[in-house]
Amino acid sequence: MAQGQFTDGIVAGRLAPPDYSANFSDLHPPLDQHEALVESDRCYFCYDAPCMQACPTSIDIPLFIREISTGNPLGAAKTIFDQNILGGMCARVCPTETLCEEACVRETAEGKPVQIGRLQRFATDVAMGAGRQFYQRAADTGKSVAIVGAGPAGLACAHRLSMLGHAVTVLDARPKPGGLNEYGIAAYKTPNGFAQAEVDYITGIGGITIENDKALGRDFSVSGLLEEHDAVFLGMGLAGVNALRAEGEEAHNVENAVDFIATLRQASDLSGIRIGRRVVVVGGGMTAVDAAVQARLLGAEEVTIAYRRGRESMNASAFEQDLAASKGVKIRHWVQPRRVLTEGGEVTGVELEYTSFEDGRLSGTGQTLVIEADQVFKAIGQNFVAAPLNGSGEKIAVEGGRIAVDGEGRTTMPRVWAGGDCVGVGEDLTVSAVAQGRDAAMSIHKALIG
Amino acid sequence: MADIRSDFLGIKSPNPFWLASAPPTDKAYNVVRAFQAGWGGVVWKTLGEEGPPVVNVNGPRYGAIWGADRRLLGLNNIELITDRQLQVNLQEMKQVKRDWPDRAIIASIMVPCEEHAWKAILPLVEETEVDGIELNFGCPHGMSERGMGSAVGQVPEYIEMVARWCKQYTRMPVIVKLTPNITDIRYPARAAKRGGADAVSLINTISSIVSVDLDDFAPQPTIDGKGSHGGYCGPAVKPIALNMVAEIARDPETRGLPISGIGGVTTWRDAAEFMALGAGNVQVCTAAMTYGFKIVQEMITGLSNWMDSKGHQRLEDFIGRATPNVTDWQYLNLNYVTKAHIDQDLCIKCGRCHIACEDTSHQAITNMLDGVRHFEVIEEECVGCNLCVNVCPVQDCITMERLAPGDLDRRTGKVVEPTYANWTTHPNNPMHREAPVQVPEPAE
Repeated sequence: MAQGQFTDGIVAGRLAPPDYSANFSDLHPPLDQHEALVESDRCYFCYDAPCMQACPTSIDIPLFIREISTGNPLGAAKTIFDQNILGGMCARVCPTETLCEEACVRETAEGKPVQIGRLQRFATDVAMGAGRQFYQRAADTGKSVAIVGAGPAGLACAHRLSMLGHAVTVLDARPKPGGLNEYGIAAYKTPNGFAQAEVDYITGIGGITIENDKALGRDFSVSGLLEEHDAVFLGMGLAGVNALRAEGEEAHNVENAVDFIATLRQASDLSGIRIGRRVVVVGGGMTAVDAAVQARLLGAEEVTIAYRRGRESMNASAFEQDLAASKGVKIRHWVQPRRVLTEGGEVTGVELEYTSFEDGRLSGTGQTLVIEADQVFKAIGQNFVAAPLNGSGEKIAVEGGRIAVDGEGRTTMPRVWAGGDCVGVGEDLTVSAVAQGRDAAMSIHKALIG
Repeated sequence: MADIRSDFLGIKSPNPFWLASAPPTDKAYNVVRAFQAGWGGVVWKTLGEEGPPVVNVNGPRYGAIWGADRRLLGLNNIELITDRQLQVNLQEMKQVKRDWPDRAIIASIMVPCEEHAWKAILPLVEETEVDGIELNFGCPHGMSERGMGSAVGQVPEYIEMVARWCKQYTRMPVIVKLTPNITDIRYPARAAKRGGADAVSLINTISSIVSVDLDDFAPQPTIDGKGSHGGYCGPAVKPIALNMVAEIARDPETRGLPISGIGGVTTWRDAAEFMALGAGNVQVCTAAMTYGFKIVQEMITGLSNWMDSKGHQRLEDFIGRATPNVTDWQYLNLNYVTKAHIDQDLCIKCGRCHIACEDTSHQAITNMLDGVRHFEVIEEECVGCNLCVNVCPVQDCITMERLAPGDLDRRTGKVVEPTYANWTTHPNNPMHREAPVQVPEPAE
C-alpha cells in the first residue's frame, strides 16, 4: 500500500508502483518516422543557418534535417556525430529553447521553431539502434593520452583522440562512466539506461579504456599521469556544492540536490526513494528544477523552489520553469534562505527573507516568510574543488575558481588540457563540454603529431 | 454579388467549375455526389465503343510527386477509359441529367478512328440528352497504343477528320480535347477548328514517368516489376497548360475559338488565371482526387469574392483579359528596369535569397552588415531577375520595385529611359531596325 502524499516526514513509496513508471517516462517521447518527416519538411535549409551558429558544437543542422527529410537518417546521424559524438544525449538534454530552436527562423516567423532537438534524437536513435559506427581509428600513433573524468567533455575528447589514432585511458572517480549524464540529469530526460548505452556507443570505436573508481588526488596525480602518458585532459567537472550560508543547514534532512538526483538516477526501484511531504529547493538553475520536479514526481505534496532573484535571472530556461509549474512546483522569486528551522533535529521549515535590488545590489529587505518543509535541497550552484589538482612542484593555474585555459583548452601546465564544467569558459552545459572536449582533442593531436 | 453563372457554347452551368473526364466522373454515384457538393458540370468519364469494355490493370494505377508536408504536386496515371458497359454509362448519364437539369453533363468519347464507329455511338449519346460531347484525343497511355487518344491528337489531319464526322452526325456541341504531347499546340487546335469543332479543351495529361522504384529498378506505378509511362496532371502541369491555352487564345487562326481550360486547377485563383488567359470555363480532376469534391465550395466563394473586389460582375468581364498581354520576348520593353527590395520587418533572415543569388546568380544580396546577419539588395549588382522573390519563404517580403524614368540604374550607370524599346531596335541585334516594331494588335 502506497504511503500517499499526506504522510508527514520523509518516506519512501508515496505512490502506487505504476505511477512511478508513468511519472518518470520520457519527457519528450521520440518522434516516429511520420512525425520526423513532417517536422523535417518545415526546415527552410537556411544559408549559414542561425541554428547552427547557436549550437556550441556547430552541428550542420539544416543538412542533417534535409537528410532526414530525404529518407537518409543514417546520413543525418553522421552529420550530427561529426560535430558532436554525444549528439544523442544532447538531443535529450540540451536547452534547445535557448540554443538552436531559439535561433530558428521559424521561431522568428511563426513563434514555432523546427523541433531540432527531437529531430536530432530521431536520427541518432536510428544510428545507435542499428549499432552503426561511422568512424574508424586512424593508424596507431604510438601516443597515449590520459583523460580525467568520463563525463561529456572527457568522452568527447576520448572519442576524437581515439579516432585520430591515439591510445586513450579515461579515469573516473565514480563507479560508472558518463559523469552528469549518468548522475546529474533528471531521470525523465534520459530514461532506459541511455547514458550507459551512449558510453558504449562512443567507446565502440575502440582504443578507449575506462577505469572507474579512480579519483584524482586519491588514486593518482596529474604529474603521475604525465609520466605514463604523452598528454592529459582534465574534465572532472565540479565536485563541490555551494553552501546556503543559512543557519541550521547542517540538519540531516538538508541535502545536496545533486546527490538526490544521483541517488534517484542510480535507484533500481524508485519506490524505495524517500521524499518529504513538503520539500523546499533553494536555487534557480537546471539542477533546482530537476530536483524539484522529481520530488513532485516521487509524490511530495508541496514542492517550492526558492530563488533569490527574479524569473528572468533564473538559469533554468523558460521551458524548464514552465515544466516545473506544470508538474505542480511552486517557484517563489525574490526570497533567500535565512534559517533552516528544526525540531528535535528534524527539519520543520525554512525561513526565507524577501530580497530586492537596492542600488544595483541584491539585499534582504528584513521581511521574512516561513515555508513548512521536512526536506530541503541545496541547488545554488556547484564549485570546482581544486585541492586534488596540484601536488608539489608545478601548479595548474586556477582562475575565478576554475581551471584556467586558453582558446585551445591548454592549461598553464605543459601537456595538460582541460574542458567542461571545470574550466572557466563557456556555459555549464553538456553540449559546451562536448565542444570543449572535442576541440581540446584536436589541440592535443596537433601537439602530439606536430 | 458577382454572377458566376457560366454559358459555354450555350451550355449553362451555375458556375464555371466542371469536373474533367476522369475517375471522379466514372459513374452516377460519384457525379451525383459532385453535384451535391456544388460542381457546375461534369465531363463523364470517356466512353468507348459498344461491346466488351476495356480492362484496367489490377495493380497500382497512380504515381505521384510531393512537395513539403507530402502535398501532392503531380499525379500520374495509367488508368484507361471507362471499364463499364456502354449501356450502363448511358443509362446513368440520362438519369443524372434528368435529375440535375441545371448542371452541365458532357460525354467524353473515344472510339476507333473510323467513321462508322463515330457514326454508331453519337446517336446513342444524343439520346441521353446530355449537353455536348468531348472527343478524347488526349490520353497518352494505353489507348494510344490502339490508335486512339493521343495517337489521334498528335495528327492534326485525324483531328480535323473526326471533328468533321462528329459535326456531321450530331447536333450536340463538339469539344475537342487536346493532348499536350506535341511540339506546337496551335496545329491540333487549328485542325479542330477547321473540322468545325465548337471548342477545344486542354490540356490532357502529359506523358510521364513519375518515379523509379530503386529497389526493383522499375518505373512507378509498378505492375509485377514493370512500368509504363502514364499521364501526368495536377498542380505541377498548370504552367504548361496556361501557356498552351494562351498560345491558342492569341493565335490569329484560332482566336475566338472557345477554350475549356484544364491542367492543375486547384483553387479559384488557378481557375481565374486560366479564364483570364482566354478559357471560358475550367475542368478539374486532380484537386478533387486529392481533397474530395468539397473544394468546389472554396472555388465558388473565392472566385465570387475576388470578382466583387475587382468589380467584375460577370465571368465575361474578365475572361480573356490577360490574353493581349501575352506577347513574344522580342516585344518586351527593355527600358523596364526593376530592382529587388527586401522588407527588413518581414525578413526572417533565412538567407536563402542571399545564397541563391550568391551561388547561382548575380551576387547582389548581402549576408552581413557591420558584422550582423543582414540581407539587403546591392543595387549595383541586381539585374532584377526575381529569383530571390521566388525562393523567399515569406510572401511579399521581397518585392520587385520599378525604377522610374529618369532614375539612375546603378548597375549599368545609365538613366532609365522613358520610352519603350525592345529587341527589334537594340543595337546588339544584328537584325535591328530604326523604329521599334510594336506589339501586334491584341486579340479580341
